[in-house]
Amino acid sequence: MQNRDDLKESPSQTAGPYVHIGCTPNFAGIAMYDGDLGAAMKTGPVQGQDIIIKGTVYDGTGTALKDAMVEIWQADAAGLFPSANETRGRADPNFTGWGRSPGDMETGEFTFETVKPGPVPFPDGRMQAPHVSVWIVARGINIGLQTRLYFADEAEANAADPVLSRIEHQNRVPTLLAQPEEGGTYRFDIHLQGPKETIFFDV
Amino acid sequence: MVDDMQRGGYIARDRAWQPDALTPPYKTSVKRSPQAALISFPTSLSEETSPVFGHDILGPLDNDLILNFAQPGASAIGPRIIVHGRVLDENARPVPGALVEFWQANAGGRYRHKKEGYLAPLDPNFGGCGRTITADDGSYELRTILPGPYPWPNGANDWRPAHIHFSLFGHGFAQRLITQMYFEGDPMIALCPIVGVLKSQAAVDALTARLDMKRTVPMDARAYRFDMVLRGRRQTYFENRVEGL
Repeated sequence: MQNRDDLKESPSQTAGPYVHIGCTPNFAGIAMYDGDLGAAMKTGPVQGQDIIIKGTVYDGTGTALKDAMVEIWQADAAGLFPSANETRGRADPNFTGWGRSPGDMETGEFTFETVKPGPVPFPDGRMQAPHVSVWIVARGINIGLQTRLYFADEAEANAADPVLSRIEHQNRVPTLLAQPEEGGTYRFDIHLQGPKETIFFDV
Repeated sequence: MVDDMQRGGYIARDRAWQPDALTPPYKTSVKRSPQAALISFPTSLSEETSPVFGHDILGPLDNDLILNFAQPGASAIGPRIIVHGRVLDENARPVPGALVEFWQANAGGRYRHKKEGYLAPLDPNFGGCGRTITADDGSYELRTILPGPYPWPNGANDWRPAHIHFSLFGHGFAQRLITQMYFEGDPMIALCPIVGVLKSQAAVDALTARLDMKRTVPMDARAYRFDMVLRGRRQTYFENRVEGL
């Protein structure tokens, strides 16, 4: 056969127990840079509904992870991404779309102060329900886990979502739904394993 | 980078090449590995976009672990090395503007972390983290000291080979990757249960940096070459997208 000049993706390795040293050094007690990247998703007033996303990552025994790092990426309230690859329009200039949380030192709970994202089209043109892309790494996780946060109070949009609707075991879809709480907070706990195991994606 | 929009979605990750979630010899994976099958779908804008990190976020010492935590006039202890290479995609195209973050133990194998209790001492002039952004040709470099091997609680006598952790942010959130770099010739590589999650010698080799005497600075620092590869996009003219999208 002919040789191909393409390359294999670098193999993943665990982020290990000290990912916070590398990615959130100030949180880890190492004063570096001008603060930790991804700590704030808003650099000024942002259009849309302010929300707070909170959650905890649990292992298969129900124990909270305290050495995880969670990142989120999302569109702004108009459904536009603050990205060089966004060609449909200009996203809110005060919104980064990207958050990185090392979790609370004592409890492991992660927090993101953001806005509710607008809808974004799927490649086939159908509209996706408002969602947030979530990426989780930690000691014991060999390759970063991809999932999505949807909003429990967007039932109509969720029912038409091209990703949610392709999930065979619809009884697992609630693992992707952030539940509204008081004060604009949505709770999105992540279960790596067990009866409440979160749906993870290969995307 | 508008060029990216004119290409297809991201090539599916090769799960036969990447490590599995459940790898019992690496014990922590046992209760932290999902057991249901991953659900696949094609990348959308949510995965094909990512934040932009400008070179203006970087300080002059961000990629120099020998100096970036050191007192004025001091430097980190250990064999001085340069690590350099390129970040490419699966189509062998350079990935410019990629955020590369790295962290490591000091020369004695000790991390600067409150949960770390290894006997080896901290180096007051070594923080253990740095970052850079790739140039137009995908190249990056950093300067540091050779990290030490260290024992870790897994098996009764498991040791990590000398390694540097790398976190990579390309042009799409789908490319997000964390990995580790090992050093050519280290006998600890073959003994490590974390290296052992890799499925082939080719995968181990892909994470093993090669000594690079051409880039070595005489009387100063040896060099290691380490290239990294992120997922690429399908380069097809035909793509089942709505016209005009």
